[in-house]
Amino acid sequence: MATSTDLDVGYVSKLARLNLTEEETKRFQKQLADVLKYAEKLGEVDVSSVEAAAHGVPMFNVFREDQPCDWFTADEALSNAPAKANQLFVVTKVVE
Amino acid sequence: MMSLSDLPALTIADLQSHLRRKEISPSEVIESLRARIEQVEPKIDAYLSIDFDAALKEADRVNVDLPLGGVPIAVKDLINVAGQPCTCGSKILGNYRSPYDASVIQRLRAAGAIPLGKTNMDEFAMGSSTENSSFKVTRNPWDVLRVPGGSSGGSAAAVAADAAIAGLGTDTGGSIRQPASLSGVVGVKPSYGRVSRFGVTAFASSLDQVGPLTKTVRDAAMIMNAMAGHDRHDSTSLPDPVPDYTKDLGRDLKGMKLGVPKEYRVEGIHPQISSAVNAAIKQLESLGAEIVHLSLPHTDYGIAVYYFIATAEASANLARFDGVRYGYRAKNANDLLDHYGRARGEGFGEEVKRRIILGTYVLSSGYYDAYYVRAQKVRELIRQDFVNAFEKCDAIISPTSPEPAFKLGERTANPLAMYLADIFTNTANLAGICGISVPCGFAKVNGSQLPIGLQILGKSLDEERIFQIAHAYEQSTDWHKAKPPLPARLNA
Repeated sequence: MATSTDLDVGYVSKLARLNLTEEETKRFQKQLADVLKYAEKLGEVDVSSVEAAAHGVPMFNVFREDQPCDWFTADEALSNAPAKANQLFVVTKVVE
Repeated sequence: MMSLSDLPALTIADLQSHLRRKEISPSEVIESLRARIEQVEPKIDAYLSIDFDAALKEADRVNVDLPLGGVPIAVKDLINVAGQPCTCGSKILGNYRSPYDASVIQRLRAAGAIPLGKTNMDEFAMGSSTENSSFKVTRNPWDVLRVPGGSSGGSAAAVAADAAIAGLGTDTGGSIRQPASLSGVVGVKPSYGRVSRFGVTAFASSLDQVGPLTKTVRDAAMIMNAMAGHDRHDSTSLPDPVPDYTKDLGRDLKGMKLGVPKEYRVEGIHPQISSAVNAAIKQLESLGAEIVHLSLPHTDYGIAVYYFIATAEASANLARFDGVRYGYRAKNANDLLDHYGRARGEGFGEEVKRRIILGTYVLSSGYYDAYYVRAQKVRELIRQDFVNAFEKCDAIISPTSPEPAFKLGERTANPLAMYLADIFTNTANLAGICGISVPCGFAKVNGSQLPIGLQILGKSLDEERIFQIAHAYEQSTDWHKAKPPLPARLNA
């Protein structure tokens, strides 16, 4: 089990594309260290013969008929866009 | 003759008999709720938005003979209702309006129900007090200096205060049952896959379920009759047929085996909750049930497992909030990374950010096996505990929450203490089973009467059983008739 001191909130916030203030970074570092310390108890459990469960109810490969149907119009899909033009989402420049 | 000012306090079942006898009209029901909401909302702040005009239009053409014909239902603000805001309690969705109905709303409308109002919640359902909302703090109708529980605290407080006939919530680790317990109403977490999540903003996809918050067990069963069932838009919804959940209400409990796990008698549980739950167990015995003592040995790992799995799934689900297609976008971003980082950093509140960080960490390279995979394995052991327990009993009895409602602000600085509020509820989500909280007494704390909830857990897809037991208990007590110390109803 990894130790709780491994957590580097500043680094993880970059992975999560989530800007934090210095103050938040410091506070989360302390609070999440407490949570990780509490969770160290999971290390006590013998899980050597257990398959990991992704769901409480096992379900695999659910398919449905691929039937076309009416769905959002472009205007509806764009109705909550923070910026739009010519029936398209306007995004921050990606390529120089 | 029914006075209009009496309507908001009615159950669904009673409201319907008045509607069907044409003693009242559906629009009078909406108007009576408007008056009650105007009266109590300044004290409890349960709602984020209410569109009376839209509801009145629906009331004009609704067929009261439908299963929920003319019944207004308050909706937690992460369930999409076409044309209404859907903020998820978050600034990042402050201007969002739903372009469509969630499947549960479609089904409720088809049954004649009228969505009325979007209720406050912890941001993205992350919290146990409704204090993590970006917009307002909802207060407990039983003591307005205390929390209503959360994250579905707005729906729970509205129903408790007669500011709603019934409400909808979502339960990922206890977010329906815990506020039901703290606010003194009935709350149901259906089995995983029983109710469609299509159109419900995802928090943790292997745990989330939509369920009712109501004044009585019968009302909850009626809403489940309308909501449950397979939905082709939700691949996790189960194809199993939906029984009539009201069918076994009124059946006695003779021969019913109820399990009492020794792990749920932990230290730190409030003494008045212990005695209320013990009294409830005696009451159930007197109704014919047989008590079986048993063990759920991995219970103590529930919180740790839950906070790794729920945050991991949340960090993935909340990646969709990128300030491109909807939601908050920061001005003048330098480049795409700056755009994402600032939209999310400025748009999300503190608890959501904390959980995204934890979830991203437990999924990150080098820690995935140690945290996430290990948590999934312990989750399987927790599920097995319940499988074994249900070989010895028909349902499991426990407190819903270890404590009555706590004071506003008391836990906000200590996330771990807040997380422990879910200690008796979140294993049901991990195991995918169903559960209900039903009022079972009051704790007297500093002059306040604070509701206590009894939790009844059932096997996956055995909702009928927990409704039967909860109803038998409820009808043999007067707890569900108690009303919080709010101003009396207005005279019409």
